[in-house]
Amino acid sequence: MTAATIAPARKGSGFWGAFARNKGAVIGLAFLTLIVLMAAFADVLYPDSPWDMTAMPFQPPLSEDALLGSDTLGRDIAAGIAHGARVSLLIGLTSTAVAVLIGVFLGAVSGFYGGRVDDLVMRFTELFQTIPNFVLAVVLVAIFTPSLTSIVLAIAIVSWPPLARLARGEFMSLRSREFVHAAVTTGQSNMTIIWRQILPNSLSPIIVSASLMVATAILLESSLSFLGLGDPNLMSWGYMVGAARTVIRQAWWMSFFPGIAILLTVLALNLVGEGLNDALNPKLARKGRS
Amino acid sequence: MSNRLRHFRQTLTAAALAAALAAPLALTVPGVAAAQERGGTMNIIVQPEPPILVLGLNQQGPTQTVAGKIYQGLLTFGFDLKPQPELAESWEVSPDGKVYTFKLVKNAKWHDGKPFTAHDVVFSTSKLLMETHPRARATFSKCEKIEALDDYTVQFTLKEPFGPFLQAFEVSSAPMMPKHIYEGTDFKANPANATPIGTGPFKFKEWNKGSYIHLVRNDEYWKAGKPYLDDIYFRVIPDAASRAVAVEQGTVQQTQFNDIETFDVPRLKGLPNVEMTTKGYEFFAPLSWIEINTRNKPLDDKRFRQAMMHAIDRKFIRDKIWFGLGRPATGPVNSVTRFFEPNVKKYDFDPKKAEALLEEAGYKKGADGTRAKVRLLVMPYGETWTRLGEYVKQAMKRVGVDVTLETTDAAGWVNRVSNWDYDLSFNFVYQYGDPALGVTRTYVSDNIRKGVMFSNTMGYSNPEVDKLFAQAAQTNKDEERQQLYSAAQKILVEDVPVAWLLEMEFPTFVDKRFKNAVTTAIGVNESYDSVYMVKK
Repeated sequence: MTAATIAPARKGSGFWGAFARNKGAVIGLAFLTLIVLMAAFADVLYPDSPWDMTAMPFQPPLSEDALLGSDTLGRDIAAGIAHGARVSLLIGLTSTAVAVLIGVFLGAVSGFYGGRVDDLVMRFTELFQTIPNFVLAVVLVAIFTPSLTSIVLAIAIVSWPPLARLARGEFMSLRSREFVHAAVTTGQSNMTIIWRQILPNSLSPIIVSASLMVATAILLESSLSFLGLGDPNLMSWGYMVGAARTVIRQAWWMSFFPGIAILLTVLALNLVGEGLNDALNPKLARKGRS
Repeated sequence: MSNRLRHFRQTLTAAALAAALAAPLALTVPGVAAAQERGGTMNIIVQPEPPILVLGLNQQGPTQTVAGKIYQGLLTFGFDLKPQPELAESWEVSPDGKVYTFKLVKNAKWHDGKPFTAHDVVFSTSKLLMETHPRARATFSKCEKIEALDDYTVQFTLKEPFGPFLQAFEVSSAPMMPKHIYEGTDFKANPANATPIGTGPFKFKEWNKGSYIHLVRNDEYWKAGKPYLDDIYFRVIPDAASRAVAVEQGTVQQTQFNDIETFDVPRLKGLPNVEMTTKGYEFFAPLSWIEINTRNKPLDDKRFRQAMMHAIDRKFIRDKIWFGLGRPATGPVNSVTRFFEPNVKKYDFDPKKAEALLEEAGYKKGADGTRAKVRLLVMPYGETWTRLGEYVKQAMKRVGVDVTLETTDAAGWVNRVSNWDYDLSFNFVYQYGDPALGVTRTYVSDNIRKGVMFSNTMGYSNPEVDKLFAQAAQTNKDEERQQLYSAAQKILVEDVPVAWLLEMEFPTFVDKRFKNAVTTAIGVNESYDSVYMVKK
């Protein structure tokens, strides 16, 4: 066990080797693949809109017209979960992408230039860090009226600060490395140095924390929908739980299954994130898992 | 959860509630044997907590329910909405419908011992309510003069006949206020507002803000031997789930209006200790509808609006969204109020007919199966309305109309609807027992007022309807009014200025030991002077 971990992780099989050593990560990845497939084939599995009232209302699970039961208006819970996977993944991925863009850009500028630019950007970042994430997201969505775009933007706006700080730290430490000095000496422009030299070398931690951020974004979206601040035209898991909570004593299945879907997806993303961390971070890999 | 655990939790909750109730309950004096039914304490939920208990100054729903026990009006109304005596023992209307003369009861007293006289009536209707009560101001400004002929006779002379004038003397529409306390003062800043003084069967005793309002029996009440109850506690329980539990545990003996969420109603209905009634709301008779902005395409086309009526299954809405509460509406007037016309065009649930109407109106299916697109601004009044929005979206999709749902907060909803910035929305309005009070305002064209909520926000305008409503208000002959209102209803149902959904019902849960709680059209806002408790 120790012998294997001491060897520095190499590219290619090394990455997968390190990733596969974390059994949880493999399970997480398998489950995540399943969810992605479910989202991709939602229209094939359940061609009707998840809002269609296809069954009798209040059907318990394993009824003939609704595998996981139907909700208060007779909508199929299973169809809602399949279509909801799309919304959750879509919002999770796009809002993380936007957050990564903002965070890495600001972090890179701040870490690379240092000095007054750094001060300015970091004070700006701290401004966002002092406001509780969820509260800010609620306020933003409420102001811009709930829609897919406003939700993605609100989640991105509350999620970028940690990424900015991470990117800044990486850029600051790499900025003083020899290969960067070499690049400066050969007359490469700042943009080229940031883009071609430093960024590729600081990607590992960013990818790891972005993967965890997807999970947080899905949770945030679910919480917003639960509070009735979701896009009213999109079926999402948080909405399903929120809408069904009032009848939880009569019909547990309406909130139980979407709740499980959220739990498992977020868990899977966290496991994958941890696996990526193990695989991409040589220092951690060498210490082994205790 | 195992039975034992559930039982334990219930016991725990019951113990906690009992502890909370124990202190005030200890004050209860056992009933004196004056009448067989004398004595008893009733706990009633009040939600939300009223801001003030002076009914002349505030007429929000919860205020009405509490203050209806303290203050009284000249008249009250039976389930058929016919006037019944309260502080006025008899009344006369002149043949031309312009002069109303009321004879008052002679032994009524204010809670501070002063006699109630005609001067209090004149002061209330011509001074205080004119300043503080919008609905009363609208009615009493139609009076040429209001005068006391003697201490116990009041005469109202109208500029022109007004059909529903008697309706204005219901307790929340015109509560009688004590002249000796309010005359010459700043009504809203009067220090006496903290200790309301009325003529009703119950006197204000104590208000523990955020917890309860305690009323006690008025021993000097003008109806001999009444009231029967010793105390009424109005309990403030802000959380809906806790209110339902309080009913289940029997710690409160009455709930009304929206206290119990619709989804809890079927469960509580089955309880052995309470009885549910939907009677006692006839005076308010709310009617809900899909508000339609008839200025916007394609909603300006009558056939499109008729198609909506056919596309939406009102029975499904009643059974699945309102859990059985309410009656599918057939037109603009609630069937429990006066001058309802049953013989109007019927819109059965029939998507095929809806599609045929849309075809006829020129809305053909596009490549994606969509005929038209509209927006629906969902009313932000809670879960039930959200479900309704989702249902309407799906129902309209079935006939090829794509509905985009929009959400907003309460202020945003009022702002957008009243400024005509919407396609479709929901609304419901109280009808106050007479079309002239609660129906006309929605459909007449001189009430198209930008920025004013609950006006004719749809922009519907039909000169014939205007004329019929105007004529019907200006006469007090019932047959004539019926004819005019019937004609107006037939036109409106053909035109579909709004898509009527439900004649809404509210559930009132009353502990089975308490009798006579709901006896009139104003139900829980009654004085409760004849409510009594059956002791085992």
